[in-house]
Amino acid sequence: MRYLPITDKERKEMLDKIGVKSVSDLFSPLPQNVLLKKELNIPSAKSEPELEKIMDELGRENTGANMLSFLGGGCYKHHCPALVDQMISRSEFYTSYTPYQPEVSQGTLQAIFEFQTMIANLFKMDVANASMYDGATAAAEAVLMSHKIQTKRHKVLIASTVNPQYIQTIRTYTGFVVDSIDLLEMDGATGCVAEKELAKIDEDTICVVFQYPNYFGMIENIRKISEVTHEKGALLIPVITETTALGILATPGDIDADIAVGDGQALGIPVNFGGPGVGLFTCKEKYMRKMPGRLIGQTVDKNGNRCFVLTLSAREQHIKREKATSNICSNQGLMATAASIYLATMGKEGMKEVALMNLKRADYLKNRIEKETPCKVAFKGSNYNEFTILTPGCACCALKALAEKGILGGIAAKKYYPELENAIIVNTTEIHSYEELDKFVAALKEVTGGAK
Amino acid sequence: MSYPGMKDLKLKESVIFERSREGRRGYSLPEENLEGAENILPAELRRADLDLPELSEVDVVRHYTRLSTYNYSLDHGFYPLGSCTMKYNPKINEKLVRNPQFTELHPETPAPYAQGTLKIMFEMQRMLAEIGGFAACTLNPAAGAHGEYTGIGIIRSYFDKMGDKKRKKIIIPDSAHGTNPASCALNGFEVVVLQSDEHGKVNLDTLRSLLNDEVAGIMLTNPNTLGVFESDILAITKMVHDAGGLVYGDGANMNALLGVARPGDMGIDVLHYNLHKTFSTPHGGGGPGAGPVGVCQKLVEFLPNPFVVEKDGLYTFNDSDNSMGRVRSFYGNMGVTLKAFIYILEYGKEHLGETAQNAVLNANYIKACLRDYYHLKYKSDTLHEVVFDDSEMPNHITTMDIAKALIDRGYHPPTVYFPLIVHGALMIEPTESESKETLDEFIEAMIDIAETAKTNPENILNAPLNTAISRPDETLAARKPVLKWTRGE
Repeated sequence: MRYLPITDKERKEMLDKIGVKSVSDLFSPLPQNVLLKKELNIPSAKSEPELEKIMDELGRENTGANMLSFLGGGCYKHHCPALVDQMISRSEFYTSYTPYQPEVSQGTLQAIFEFQTMIANLFKMDVANASMYDGATAAAEAVLMSHKIQTKRHKVLIASTVNPQYIQTIRTYTGFVVDSIDLLEMDGATGCVAEKELAKIDEDTICVVFQYPNYFGMIENIRKISEVTHEKGALLIPVITETTALGILATPGDIDADIAVGDGQALGIPVNFGGPGVGLFTCKEKYMRKMPGRLIGQTVDKNGNRCFVLTLSAREQHIKREKATSNICSNQGLMATAASIYLATMGKEGMKEVALMNLKRADYLKNRIEKETPCKVAFKGSNYNEFTILTPGCACCALKALAEKGILGGIAAKKYYPELENAIIVNTTEIHSYEELDKFVAALKEVTGGAK
Repeated sequence: MSYPGMKDLKLKESVIFERSREGRRGYSLPEENLEGAENILPAELRRADLDLPELSEVDVVRHYTRLSTYNYSLDHGFYPLGSCTMKYNPKINEKLVRNPQFTELHPETPAPYAQGTLKIMFEMQRMLAEIGGFAACTLNPAAGAHGEYTGIGIIRSYFDKMGDKKRKKIIIPDSAHGTNPASCALNGFEVVVLQSDEHGKVNLDTLRSLLNDEVAGIMLTNPNTLGVFESDILAITKMVHDAGGLVYGDGANMNALLGVARPGDMGIDVLHYNLHKTFSTPHGGGGPGAGPVGVCQKLVEFLPNPFVVEKDGLYTFNDSDNSMGRVRSFYGNMGVTLKAFIYILEYGKEHLGETAQNAVLNANYIKACLRDYYHLKYKSDTLHEVVFDDSEMPNHITTMDIAKALIDRGYHPPTVYFPLIVHGALMIEPTESESKETLDEFIEAMIDIAETAKTNPENILNAPLNTAISRPDETLAARKPVLKWTRGE
């Protein structure tokens, strides 16, 4: 076996040194009746050429990977500069582990310190941690953290326009911890939280979780939500799933967020069927010691050199065990590094340029669909690179017909919002050319019954 | 001396913001007139400024290349970090998962257009269940601790459905990883600590005394963090089951058993794997990992949603009504799952067991060669790892000093100060990837440290001497936290 270097001769020498006759003697602490007697029901060993063929053939069955795609919904296809994957493919990064020994881990430590800085700046928040698994778990942990801060309050409020998978994850994590989780319902005209729903925010509210741009692509009335939330002393938790939006959009810091979370997949990480991405977690400095997850801090070594270490670990499970702020042990280190490399490459101008390209494409596509197809734009208001349309007939049929033409036209909202039977959530990014947008409009027109 | 030692090329590198020069560009996007585009958004929805560095592509490449050289990695050399299973990461895995047919597949792609990945997921659910002796397996959890959270959540959902509201406690041995009690707390369970006996194991009488109708189960790492296999495992699982509880297996040490024995056959009801450990998907400097969870038949309905099923030759997602719920967005770290899939095919049914056999051989060889030089608190037989300690070191030399001295000798140190039941623990896990000469060189380095501790303690106490930085002030870092770079530093 190509990855196992011990030869038979060496094995014999080693067993002699240990003082046993065979390797099976080393397993003598196991009850003999649990030792596997028969072969596992898994395939036979494969060589490299065989593996290449197998994976190539399986890859070809993913025909969706080559289709013109307008899928978003929490996972976004952006241009990933070539250097990102080249850099994270350095085995010094990907074959090392948690930087427990700072003298031999400064590469990872500094890269993640810089990640914390870039994410804090992108969100305009005081501190960011070294990352979480994904946006959904980051949101769930944010609610748990706010519950620990707001000990005398009982109610969590979540906008129904937050990515439904995030809402489900928050429910899983906190459903048995907090007394109630209520939704702030949507206004059918704006696709945003209805203004009258804000009356649900009261002195018993722990936190208000909302997303912008929201699941339908719409930008919530962020200032109003912030104002009411803070008026009632609840914690404001914005969620950003499409992080490139922050190249242009008002930040969580701009609206005085207490904890802000998100997913950094859009920052130079391929869609990868939904993972791995990277969960982002930021908060105000005063809550820093209540944060979940790993943190890297700057310090000096014994000779006065600037260096970086894991820090504030008194919050974490390996020290505090059941009293820790979370059970999280790792971060998404390599993905956080990828996101940093992306942000460093794009820089402040590139992030703005990408954001404007997205904004412009969505605006163009939205207007053309409204003008030239029987579909309608579902909601009035501002959006970034995602928006919702209403088809004249069933949305799923339209999507199916589009797929047969090689186009993944968007996400049927019905999956999570049964009342929105005709709604499709459409995403476009800088990877689309205007010709491709035109092609989509033409196809959509065709499958939804021709011209307006 | 034959160990590698350390002398290296290191170029100084500043924090990336300090490299920034106004007007520099490193990105490449199609030319487009974006004038006025920002007005699509009302002014009150726009941000004012964005503080990110401005760099050329070469600046970025140099920066990260230099940073990478500050890391010791598995591809550099021996990395015996106990309980982390730092085994070799095959290069073909890295190559194959970068196929755009996988990386460019969006998670909302309708099933008929994603059959390749769905088939792999279905096969992985089945193979991981088979390897552990379980009825089914979820691929959703993103890491080991996330798997623990999920597995304990499944136990919570099981007792909820049974209407058993009394069972609010989970027993955890004092040798366990900190994630175990934290995962229980996150699920609302109270932790009951079981003290290990003089052999470092679970004592049956102690266990019996803790079991009652308030106990939901036990969380067991087997072999435990000392590398000691709980040889009473069959009695333990029976005793817990008889008391109405469930047995959670922490699969952190699954590399000791891979292809040799199955936790499910020992009465373990639920177990998480660490794909980044046992199945070699790399550790990535701390992630991404993956923590699939296998369960016995009666727990299948509580697995998190969604999972992949096959119907009339089509692979598709499904949900269970009694599921514990969703534990993250989408379906898990698929990029990681793919590598583990390839890894299993590399070894196949013929060779998978050789991983555990060689890992256990290597660990026992190190133990045999070093036991005359380092103190072993627990004398029990061990499998894939061995825990020494500093209790017999001369001249006030501690485990931390030994760790730092190993760096000078060209190694990543073992896990230190864990498990907590061994004061000054040095936990060594060599894995199956290492050759005999690598082990011999490491053993020589360890003996050299033990000898030098007597003859020239300063050399050890001042270590590391060959690194760019040495012994950072961690107290300062925690007392005055600097968690981001700011101008004027």
